[in-house]
Amino acid sequence: MSLPVGVLRFPGTNCDRDVFEAVTSQGARAEWLWHADRFDPKGYRALLLPGGFSYGDYLRAGALAARSPVMDSAREAAQRGVPVLGICNGFQILCEAGLLPGVLIRNQGLRFIDDWVELNLVNAQPHFGRRMTAGIRARLPIAHADGRYYIEDDGLKRLQDRGQIWWTFSKNPNGAMADIAGVMNEAKNVAALMPHPERAMYEWMGGTDGAAFFDL
Amino acid sequence: MKIGVKVMPRKEVLDTQGRAVESTLRQAGKKLNACMVGRYVVLDLPETEKTAAIAKAKEMAESVLHNPLIETFELEAL
Repeated sequence: MSLPVGVLRFPGTNCDRDVFEAVTSQGARAEWLWHADRFDPKGYRALLLPGGFSYGDYLRAGALAARSPVMDSAREAAQRGVPVLGICNGFQILCEAGLLPGVLIRNQGLRFIDDWVELNLVNAQPHFGRRMTAGIRARLPIAHADGRYYIEDDGLKRLQDRGQIWWTFSKNPNGAMADIAGVMNEAKNVAALMPHPERAMYEWMGGTDGAAFFDL
Repeated sequence: MKIGVKVMPRKEVLDTQGRAVESTLRQAGKKLNACMVGRYVVLDLPETEKTAAIAKAKEMAESVLHNPLIETFELEAL
């Protein structure tokens, strides 16, 4: 039997059940991983960090979750090459944990944005949406207040040079640097995006472009 | 010993909270050049000697209390 996909849960995570359901709907087995517990880093085929407001966004979005025990194991798994996907707050957590470069700060317009956006796939991802090729577009919903990607200029150049930009927004909704909606680490096994693929699984949700992300 | 940690947004990062407060103050007819919003954290530490307490606070500020990409911090003994 193949290994399960681990779905991380922190106090305040609120897209956990949607992500769990998205994984199982595409045929994989999923298991919960609680913020206060460590786990066997060799025990999961992939790790998913869903969206929400972990620890109430106290201090900085994702800052406290990034330093919780479950993330020690997640860091070890990532170093071993286990694929890790962060969605929205999961993206913020991975940046704060140092598993992805950059940081997500308050939207330029100061408001929480809840909308559907068009995205461009800049560099293909070998694990999450592995059948999608660079250049394609996807339509996914966003829902965030702190979704504006920021990195210093030389960091941005490194991302561009090493093909670590995953998705960009066709029309920048939040002031993100270089229209960035999603990035990857250098090894390409850790990836994250602000939009919510788990909210675009079926036509009745408004779109189906998210399903490909969970074909693991 | 208590140590205060002042965390402020870096000048090159747009301080959105500061801008919002600034515009509200202006709308209320107040005159000001600029407004910056940061965070102040008070650490009550077991260390009784200032140098040791500052060193502990510095370690906490560097690892958790501030994100060096977007913020700077200053320490003061209280």
